[in-house]
Amino acid sequence: MLLYLLRRVLYVIPIALAVSAVCFSLVFLAPGDPLSAVIPPDATAELITKLKADYGFDQPVPVQFGRWIGRALHGDLGTSIATGRPVNAEIARAIVNTFMLAMCACGIGFFFGLLFGIVAGYFHGRWLDKLMTSIAVTGVSVPHYWLGMVLVIVFSVLLDWLPAMGAGESGSEAWIWDWDHIKYLVLPAVTLSFIPMGIVTRTVRAIVAEILNQEFVQALYAKGLTATGVFRHVVKNAAPTTLAVMGIQLGYLLGGSILVETVFAWPGTGFLLNTAIFQRDLPLLQGTILFLALFFVLLNLIVDVAQGLFDPRIKR
Amino acid sequence: MYKGRFTRLITGLIAGSALALTAGTGQAQGVLRIGMTASDIPLTTGQPDNGGEGQRFLGYTVYDALINWDLSSSTKPSGLAPGLATAWKVDDKEHKHWTFTLRKGVKFHDGSEFTAEAVVWNLDKLLKKDAPQFDSKQAAQGSSRIPAVATYKVIDPYTVEISTKEPDAFLPFQMAWIPMSSPAQWEKLGKSWEAFAKTPSGTGPWKLISWTPRERAEMVPNKEYWDKARVPKLDKLVLIPLPEANTRVAALRSGQVDWIEAPPPDAVASLKAAKFQIVTNAYPHNWVWHLSRVEGSPFNDIRVRRAANLAVDRNGLNQLLGGLSIPATGFVPPGSAWFGKPTEHKFDLASARKLMAEAGYTKAKPLTIKVLIPSSGSGMMQPLPMNEFVQQNLNEAGFKVEFEVLEWNALISAWRAGAKDPLSRGAVALNYSYFIQDPFTAFTRHVQSDLTSPKGTNWGYYKEPAMDALLLKAKTTFESDAQLKVLQEIHEKFVNDALFLDITHDVNPRAMSPKVHGFVQAKNWFQDFSPIFVK
Repeated sequence: MLLYLLRRVLYVIPIALAVSAVCFSLVFLAPGDPLSAVIPPDATAELITKLKADYGFDQPVPVQFGRWIGRALHGDLGTSIATGRPVNAEIARAIVNTFMLAMCACGIGFFFGLLFGIVAGYFHGRWLDKLMTSIAVTGVSVPHYWLGMVLVIVFSVLLDWLPAMGAGESGSEAWIWDWDHIKYLVLPAVTLSFIPMGIVTRTVRAIVAEILNQEFVQALYAKGLTATGVFRHVVKNAAPTTLAVMGIQLGYLLGGSILVETVFAWPGTGFLLNTAIFQRDLPLLQGTILFLALFFVLLNLIVDVAQGLFDPRIKR
Repeated sequence: MYKGRFTRLITGLIAGSALALTAGTGQAQGVLRIGMTASDIPLTTGQPDNGGEGQRFLGYTVYDALINWDLSSSTKPSGLAPGLATAWKVDDKEHKHWTFTLRKGVKFHDGSEFTAEAVVWNLDKLLKKDAPQFDSKQAAQGSSRIPAVATYKVIDPYTVEISTKEPDAFLPFQMAWIPMSSPAQWEKLGKSWEAFAKTPSGTGPWKLISWTPRERAEMVPNKEYWDKARVPKLDKLVLIPLPEANTRVAALRSGQVDWIEAPPPDAVASLKAAKFQIVTNAYPHNWVWHLSRVEGSPFNDIRVRRAANLAVDRNGLNQLLGGLSIPATGFVPPGSAWFGKPTEHKFDLASARKLMAEAGYTKAKPLTIKVLIPSSGSGMMQPLPMNEFVQQNLNEAGFKVEFEVLEWNALISAWRAGAKDPLSRGAVALNYSYFIQDPFTAFTRHVQSDLTSPKGTNWGYYKEPAMDALLLKAKTTFESDAQLKVLQEIHEKFVNDALFLDITHDVNPRAMSPKVHGFVQAKNWFQDFSPIFVK
């Protein structure tokens, strides 16, 4: 197990390096000046050349990358050009909000995904299966931002039940878990939960249906096991794949959704990335992408290890 | 019966006087929550970022400049007004040394006094790199706003002298860009701009009491504000960054904000139907095609320039925009103090075709032109359908317009680099919207012959000694009425010579709840929030 873990951790190093190189260079492909975030729109080319030198943007890209990675290895992702605030602090603030949103969305999405998936698997080919499958297909097909806007129109504008945007009357810093705050979380979390719900439903349905068709299940029934006993075996066999899929979905959600967070003005990493993109705030953009990419790598590692724990065959 | 009427009259009078008194004494009235288009709270230290919107919400609210803008009227052009300086004048000999007489008894929000020392300290903050208070972030925003300033010094506690590099009558406009931060507060907070940003102190009508990056900022009235007529009436002003237009509309409709900046045009009809107020007014903005005058450009022929200006159906375009625009009759909006008496633009396709035929082009044998346009962008309204409309119009007159659509930042880069640069891809026109609030931004930067890239943004390489002479005359005319006449003359030349394809002006729409009262939308990029109340 230890060797397996070590091997997986070692894989992370080249992946992380490659990811950081891609993060750094990708943003240079975007058109426009890296200083557009700070310069007045009517600034002259002369002033920009001077400012570029001040910020070190006149250096060749490999030199800039070397400096950046050097600082990043020390845990310093630089300072946002637009706000002058440290990128670490910006990400730390946003990640908490995204984490809250993602966990709630996962809670909703996984609960319904597992429920619908198991029901559909057990009632394979019947009308209940068709109903659950249609819900799942809708979940993965409906565009997030569209669904978000529809929910806002219905629940905020027409019914006036839930707020349309933001993270509380006094901002996310004053967040507490009472209804006055949680109500701000409901619409974005429900919107965000649709895709994992759909994907988990489809995955679980397929696996459960497949397992139920296997001979060992017939054998279990033949041995006289109750339906609950058989169900326990089905769950155990379905767990590794389901966990892997849920892990990836959790990763996607923790990465923050640019569209959903922008529609709901939810101050998470997606909103932060959107701002950074539009302001051409390179340090913020690079830092946020790197952080999220590494986070994703780490999450995959955890999922791999967890899968190994559930299914000893994987470790071999 | 008479007694009854009398009692009602007296009661009415008392109630009326009480209301008037309440309004007059500026008693606090409600909380106003504004959804901004910016994605972050603009810089709070004094010199805001986020362009005109930053200056509107975090500049003239918390701070004052030596010279402010008069934002009190929605009908007359908005000019300069005394701010922290009560008077300013230039010396008679060299016309380079400006004396600013400062307002006495003005206090920063931290209680310290505003003096000439503070003015010098603030200019050092932007211009003197080795000053302890020099702040590169504020300097990036502010230093380019005051290019004329050479030196400055304290004369006495209430007099400061600012000298310019050369005679420059536009200095007062430049000084209106520079809000004054409190030196005492900066000292008290350990000489840290980061700490100052959290608890800023200016002299303005609003005090910033708290803010969370990217989420909200809260301001309360400065009851000791020096201009008693502008002590805010509200209890609180809350700013919320909502960059997504549909989110702003949803926030307004669900009652989470009371006011949104720039509602999307297609939401205006439904907002009006739901009893929301849509407030608009002309302001110094234009939406033009900047024409290239480099060698080989067809726009070097005045007949082609005039034909283009005659071919555009600006009223039709206004219909396309749901009436949310002002069709251009010149380069600056109609009603501007600088408008003068040019031959105003009109739609006359027959004359346009005639001029094009004289220049050698017809619908059968059209003039092919390549134009750079953005896919979207700040102040650009709806560039794609608008440009397609103009394209159809011009094609009717004998042009064959080809577009190259660029991402907004790429278009800005091309604009800065000039028409000769490869970034401009050989285009002979570029669609842009201009901030034209002061003489330099309105006229000089576009057409002064030595302001081509990299020195300036005369994108089209326009060069005309007569124009240079007029610009110099405006810059060196220190008497305001005489200067106004020169500026009008410049504008007349802009329009009569058809230097730009003048198309339209934005009207800066805002949507607000019916509970919002007292707002006067000045013809300006900046606005006064003091007279507003919510009930």
